[in-house]
Amino acid sequence: MNVQSEHLAPGLQAVVPSEDVALRPIPGPSALGGGWRRSFELLALLAVTEFKKTYFGTALGYLWSLARPLMLFAVLLAVFTQVFRIGSQVPNYPVLLLFNIVLFGLFQEATMGAVQSLVNQEAIVRKTQFPRLVIPLSVVLTTLFNLGLNLIVVFVFIFAWGIDPTWTWLLFPVVLVLMLILTTAVSMIVSALFPRFRDTAIIWSVAVTVLFYASPVLYPLEAVPEALQEVFAVNPLAVILEAGRHWIIDPTSPGPVDAVNGWLGLIPPVAISLGICGLSVWLFRREAPKIAEQL
Amino acid sequence: MQGQTGVTQRTGAPPAAEANGRAPVVIEARGLHKAFRIPEHRVDSFKERAAHPFRRIEYRELQALNDVSFDVHQGEFFGIVGRNGSGKSTLLKILASIYRADAGTVRMAGRLAPFIELGVGFNPELTARENGVLNGMLLGLTMKEARRRLDAILEFAELEDFVELKLKNYSSGMMVRLAFAVMVQADADIMLVDEVLAVGDAAFGQKCMDVFRERREAGKTIVLVTHDMNTVQEHCDRAMLVHDGELKFIGDPEETAARYYRLNFAVARDQADDELDAQLNAVSDDDAVRVISARLTDEGGRAIRNIEQGEPLRLEAVLQARREWLRPKFVVHGLTIDGTVVFEFTLDLDSAEEDRVAEGERVRLAGQIENPLVPGRYTLNCWVRRDVPGNNWAMQAMQLLEFDVYGTASRWGVVTLGNDLAVEPQPGSRP
Repeated sequence: MNVQSEHLAPGLQAVVPSEDVALRPIPGPSALGGGWRRSFELLALLAVTEFKKTYFGTALGYLWSLARPLMLFAVLLAVFTQVFRIGSQVPNYPVLLLFNIVLFGLFQEATMGAVQSLVNQEAIVRKTQFPRLVIPLSVVLTTLFNLGLNLIVVFVFIFAWGIDPTWTWLLFPVVLVLMLILTTAVSMIVSALFPRFRDTAIIWSVAVTVLFYASPVLYPLEAVPEALQEVFAVNPLAVILEAGRHWIIDPTSPGPVDAVNGWLGLIPPVAISLGICGLSVWLFRREAPKIAEQL
Repeated sequence: MQGQTGVTQRTGAPPAAEANGRAPVVIEARGLHKAFRIPEHRVDSFKERAAHPFRRIEYRELQALNDVSFDVHQGEFFGIVGRNGSGKSTLLKILASIYRADAGTVRMAGRLAPFIELGVGFNPELTARENGVLNGMLLGLTMKEARRRLDAILEFAELEDFVELKLKNYSSGMMVRLAFAVMVQADADIMLVDEVLAVGDAAFGQKCMDVFRERREAGKTIVLVTHDMNTVQEHCDRAMLVHDGELKFIGDPEETAARYYRLNFAVARDQADDELDAQLNAVSDDDAVRVISARLTDEGGRAIRNIEQGEPLRLEAVLQARREWLRPKFVVHGLTIDGTVVFEFTLDLDSAEEDRVAEGERVRLAGQIENPLVPGRYTLNCWVRRDVPGNNWAMQAMQLLEFDVYGTASRWGVVTLGNDLAVEPQPGSRP
């Protein structure tokens, strides 16, 4: 074969065809096509890119993303300590409120961002070989970076409020990981549904609002009337938030097990979580090969 | 005329036959099927579902690919051609792992990079450096490779001085240069190129093709999906024709192109009849002459709008005198689309009686014209003149029709002419 023409682009070497040309089957598009390594690299790249865009794109950058939970916090704090006064009966209520808002914010922002993520990244999905799962996961990861920054503010606030660290703070990663798993699973479900059913976005925005009020974000679970407590305790988010409260903010609170009336009470939320995780994997694997056709 | 003096400039390429005989297969497609189910009522909301839970959704099955099998060999410049809707884009997307085939297998040797659009994933908020890495990875490089090649990319794009500039501050020319440089550097073993890359700026399209040819000479395999037959003839070693989801031909690019034209313009023929007449009636509605109908026909007398190169132009026109014509002359002009007159014939009225046409009377202008025209668009005009001694008085000029000549010959010049030119060494001149 005639090699090396004069005007090859710089950096390119003419390559003599190798003899090693084994045919490998091409399976087509899938959730993680192209291998784990490539998927991880792309995930990191997309998430970092998105993160940079948020924080270096605007003049005040990071402040804006912090401003949102803080504003919400200020309003809710005023309402629930001055108007409804539920806050005055809960120890460390302002800290708890901020902590819950930021933690629930991970779930809320990631799932809301994930819904339309595949459609928003249409160019990538339709024009390159790209593992589909990386797209919603990158939204979750970006939100997680965000949460990391917000948590700094939260812990500054916790110290300032005068809460002393205890050994249970070491359990905080457990809270975070559980929240992250649930968030990821739900993100996978809603993002896989959206290309096919476009009203997933509207339905999900309503559902998140409902979940915000139905989960113990603004109030502790024990403040819920007895009759309703069992219903509220089915929600996996409730268990996670109560665990965070018990371990970080207020050791005197019931904790994740007692809040749902003992170990037996943990069965429904755990079962629901596992169900959501299973559904997410099944659904995403099923939809992934067809996503490009539905955009 | 048929002896197409095909001036295909395939320079420095190893003969395709030789490559085929030896080179191993790098893409092997077997029995590819792909159908799209198109719902009769689009059901993409839950509400639709909820409102009619028991209505079976009716689908129309669109067979985009039907049992397509082929091989591409290493080092080939391979063309996949077909017109819009033929299934070639679906095939491209299956090869690129964007769509999944319903049935059939694809196997490949080596890494494939799809070039479907320049600068996929470019983000205006990021710098050239960041975008270069991002785009390189989307084209299949690993992060390490993408970083390693970044300098070469920026150098090739001549953007070393603007590395940290955000893309939104780039001119569109700089952006294209960056995207193109990434594409050049992201060279995979197999490059899958969509035609959109080649359209637009002609100079840029040429530059792309030059790069692909260089890569091919370096042993890489290029698969080009296009409906531009000139590109296929000029660059490809082999080509394959897809039509209505089926593989119609695979082999010599010239032959592929010829079949493409035949297949696609044959479709146009059937539709041409009625609409053509109606359209042309409107062309001239002036004082002296009215065009009742004007058409080119094929051998069977059916109206056609496009004619294969070398096929005689069979003209059939009916003109009506709207006032009396005395001693009329009929001048037929053939013009290129930019107005150059290619031929002119002057015809007398062929009448046994007197040399006049009464008001309301019709004349029929018909016959064959030899057709050495190169592929392109042409116009046939007709003048009706009155022959007054010493003075040619034009009564009216009108456009009869427009037509396309299709074929695989070079588009240079206006006509292709038979010749027996030869070049040989002059005897006795060797020192």
